[in-house]
Amino acid sequence: MRELALNILDIAENSVKAGATLVCISVRAERGLLTIEIADDGCGMDAEFLKRVTDPFTTTRTTRKVGMGIPLFKMAAEMAGGTFRIESEKGKGTTVRATFELDHIDRAPLGDLADTVVTLIGGGCKSDFRFEIGTEKGCFEFDTRELKAELDGVDISEPDVLVFVRDMIKENLMDIGGERL
Amino acid sequence: MKSIADIKAIRDKMKGQINLRDNKDAEQEIRIVVGMATCGISAGARPVFNAFVDDVASRQLRNVKVTRTGCMGMCALEPIVEVHIPGEDPVTYVHVDPDKVRKIVANHIVNGNVCTEYLIGEERK
Repeated sequence: MRELALNILDIAENSVKAGATLVCISVRAERGLLTIEIADDGCGMDAEFLKRVTDPFTTTRTTRKVGMGIPLFKMAAEMAGGTFRIESEKGKGTTVRATFELDHIDRAPLGDLADTVVTLIGGGCKSDFRFEIGTEKGCFEFDTRELKAELDGVDISEPDVLVFVRDMIKENLMDIGGERL
Repeated sequence: MKSIADIKAIRDKMKGQINLRDNKDAEQEIRIVVGMATCGISAGARPVFNAFVDDVASRQLRNVKVTRTGCMGMCALEPIVEVHIPGEDPVTYVHVDPDKVRKIVANHIVNGNVCTEYLIGEERK
């Protein structure tokens, strides 16, 4: 993974597969620390599986025996002087939280968050998403429930809607200096 | 600066077009499915998905849906894209990138000619 936005896409995709109705994604860059949190209300994991979940040879898939998403995200955080934490409760949901030293030479760039958002909300996905991106210059929030209310029955995954959302996020990120993270 | 409230103009335009569609149109819907598991994402599936969204929007292709799915089981061939056209066999493209997306949309989706050079069978020759 060359960008942290790709890790976010990968982890949030797991939330969608876990049957989450709402996935909250928060990216904050403050006081020299970048914090990324992905919280969902999906099916969660039991304590025994949670203990093994950062092991690349742990997966829920039956077709193969490797699951790289969580281990890669953990590695990206730890090699940038950060921390990684995952909390989960069966039936309630999962929260993944990673921190990164903003100025660490090995920190991957945040990358194209707008493309990640469009990929997540498009593609006929049933889950709702709440995005919160904060820097020292300001904060930008985006909630697909608000967008769906404005769309009044028009499908959120219509390409025209997705192009609008991408432009809107790019403009707002630029305003708070989020595109340089 | 754009905000969610600015979506109204697009919504009104889309609503007009959706009202014109009938059930027959829905059955004729073309689906483009992009593999979006860890393997696909790390190989470049996100720019591929977004390139399809851009091309479908700019060409105003109303009967085309871009969707995503999990691992298709051939990680070494990612990014993988399946094109489902009603009444035809599904077509699987491998090692797709945004340049190939433009050719797939122009040649296959719009003009009905499969881009044989990007097919999974060609890759294995």
